[in-house]
Amino acid sequence: MASIPGSAGKAHDHAHDHGHGHDDSYLTPKASITATIWDWMTTVDHKKIGVMYLFAVLFMFFLGGVAALAVRVELWEPTKTAITATGQTVITGQALVPSEQTTIDAGNNTYNRVFTLHGLIMTFLVIIPSIPASLGNFLIPLMLGAKDVAFPRLNLASWYIYLVGSLFAITSAVVGGVDTGWTFYTPYSTMTDAGHWKVVFMILAAFILGFSSILTGLNFIVTVHKLRAPGMGWFDMPLFVWGMYGTSLIQVLATPVIGITLLLMVLERLFHVGIFDPRMGGDPVLFQHFFWFYSHPVVYVMILPGMAIMSDIIAVHCRKKIFGYRAVAFSSLAIAGIAFIVWGHHMFTAQGELAAAIFSFLTFLVALPSAVKVFNWISTLYKASIGYTTPMWYALGFLFLFSIGGLTGLFLGALSVDLHLHDTYFVVAHFHYVMMGSTLIAFIGGIHHWWSKIFGKMYNDNWATIAFFFVFIGFNLTFLPQFVMGVHGMPRRYASYVDEFTIYHQLSTIGSFVMLIGFLLHLCVFIHSLVAGRKAAPNPYGALSMEWTDTASPPITHNFHHEPIATHGPYDFDDVVPPQTRPGEFPLPAPLPVKQVTVVKTK
Amino acid sequence: MSSLNIDQRIAAGPPAYADTYKAAEHFRDKDHEFDSVKFGVWLFLATEVLLFSGLFCYYGIMRLMYPEAFIHGSSLLDWRWGLINTVVLLCSSFTAAAAVRDAQLGRQFWLKVNLLITLLAGVAFLIIKFVFEYYPKWAEGKLPGEFYSYPNWVSPNEVHWWGVYWSATGVHASHVVVGMGLYIWLLIRAFKGHFGPKHYSACEGVALYWHIVDIVWIFLFPMLYLIH
Repeated sequence: MASIPGSAGKAHDHAHDHGHGHDDSYLTPKASITATIWDWMTTVDHKKIGVMYLFAVLFMFFLGGVAALAVRVELWEPTKTAITATGQTVITGQALVPSEQTTIDAGNNTYNRVFTLHGLIMTFLVIIPSIPASLGNFLIPLMLGAKDVAFPRLNLASWYIYLVGSLFAITSAVVGGVDTGWTFYTPYSTMTDAGHWKVVFMILAAFILGFSSILTGLNFIVTVHKLRAPGMGWFDMPLFVWGMYGTSLIQVLATPVIGITLLLMVLERLFHVGIFDPRMGGDPVLFQHFFWFYSHPVVYVMILPGMAIMSDIIAVHCRKKIFGYRAVAFSSLAIAGIAFIVWGHHMFTAQGELAAAIFSFLTFLVALPSAVKVFNWISTLYKASIGYTTPMWYALGFLFLFSIGGLTGLFLGALSVDLHLHDTYFVVAHFHYVMMGSTLIAFIGGIHHWWSKIFGKMYNDNWATIAFFFVFIGFNLTFLPQFVMGVHGMPRRYASYVDEFTIYHQLSTIGSFVMLIGFLLHLCVFIHSLVAGRKAAPNPYGALSMEWTDTASPPITHNFHHEPIATHGPYDFDDVVPPQTRPGEFPLPAPLPVKQVTVVKTK
Repeated sequence: MSSLNIDQRIAAGPPAYADTYKAAEHFRDKDHEFDSVKFGVWLFLATEVLLFSGLFCYYGIMRLMYPEAFIHGSSLLDWRWGLINTVVLLCSSFTAAAAVRDAQLGRQFWLKVNLLITLLAGVAFLIIKFVFEYYPKWAEGKLPGEFYSYPNWVSPNEVHWWGVYWSATGVHASHVVVGMGLYIWLLIRAFKGHFGPKHYSACEGVALYWHIVDIVWIFLFPMLYLIH
């Protein structure tokens, strides 16, 4: 598609606008600190809301990470009891409870609460909101050439709902935490800590966070439908937006079901209505159906945004048109659709054989659109001029880790194999490869990719790449041994284990601390960038989507001086010289000759 | 407006909010905003349908497991109150739609009347529900779960029937309460002159919500009161 080479001179055309405050960066502080704080707290600017979400999610990631490290420390040694010569009972290998007067039960109890806290925080407070609410909020309107999301006040409301939900979860954790596991399986979850409100609080936290998720998704769907810039058709959107669109569909259509499920569960706990209680003739497996009818689609709420980021990083850092744009776009929708009919594979051991066989078959279907995406990314890499930047390293890491995570999912989708691997560390390793190895890796890659756009500062790419290798190696060291343990029969959610597994658990624990070093390095790189980073060019990576080509870094308060017009696709690297790049700012390949310069007018 | 001379314009008073209303600045114009708002409301209604689908699923599975409890339980409800409430809600759906039409045509008086009738119908629905249905059942101990103390049960599984009854009608009634709050909000805005032919998206959005609450009841009524 022929096109104009962007708008490098646009800012000068409208110099007369200066002085109205509209040209200021959205990060420009107000007159006083209190005014600035009040401005951020009441803002309806999608960029500020996205940034607040980003910091909140990263803080929650820190809390969930501490819980994960606590789990790994506990598993350094198996718990053992010995009777000394003097007749005293000595318990060794417990790390989470004080060693005097402890009991095996006390240790197990603490461990259960810690891994539940890890799961709940990471699922509901980190991964589900991570990419959509932070990067999605910030980028979708910019990528579409819009001034804001469709419903800015609703967006602010969803942020405050997220805060309230987080407060509920943290309150519950502070008063002792829950030991239900993040899945809240009945009847245990309706009986444990009977009479205490902390479990109800935790359930309500998930319930409230669901509303936040619904509102964000609803906002994005309307934004994508209604607020695309003139000239931007569905297939001219960056693939990031396609991925977020699929995500939003699932958020809107699946989350209400967990809402009613959790509500029924609160009724069950408070009034013992009996729906999930086998003693009263209720059906605990019904809860599993309800729960996974939401929570399986939500697995794709977690992975689709990661895939969305991947498509953009790979195309931009390879400076190549993405291979099979439409296939990648439609595979997002296919994943969103299939997501709704595979929930039964979480219950192979709790349902009839025919149902299990059908769900097993349907589960394999998900592999197809996922594989379509992976092969398209690899085809994009083929013969591309790959820039080995931090985001690209993360993208390559994603390809590697997601392939392992996805393929081991096929093992678990196969009935006969799953019966053995069910509830073992194999499952734990599998979903960490997908949730953490893919989604969070893509998230961190995405933060690096758009960091200069969000904060207007460059970061130290070398140190960030070093940090990536710590994270990547640490991650594999943590979770590869868990596959082996799982195949050998190590069950999940146990505080202790037989001696044979010691070496694997210790490798895993070492790996988790290597990852910690990586994340702390990233933190240092980010802080250094904010304090002393070079000012970023509007388009340092030579990208072609509107958030890079049509606004400054960081964007101005109103996003664009004028409503931008889409004149080229987001990945037309063959035809368009990326505008707004500063020569020498970044190792770009030699500029391509512009084949033809025509202004494509729409509307 | 522009055809009036200056004296006529002064006599007409300041222009109404609904006439001078401008779309939020990230929309191109009012139509663009209206379409977006309406689309958002429809998406929200989809989430409502899915929320209630969980309750209908609860009903269906419990009914399959304990049909005798449900057949007997249903006979313990008075279908006449259910029918009256159905009529009340259907009438309020009519006035809700009529209010939108009034806003479109700029009939300010009838707009307020219809909004008020819709609100009062919500009040009537809840009064009937609480005074003639919930309270007697409460007094007799026909309550869900561990509060169930009705002595003359026929099937031991009737507790599940009451669990379904209370949770389904309770979630529905809470939606009616939310809808009434929205109608109070609309009334206040109507008295401030916020609605007119050029600006009525709030009326339309809330009316759509009110219809879905009505439709859910249209399903709950036969499922709970009529099917034996």
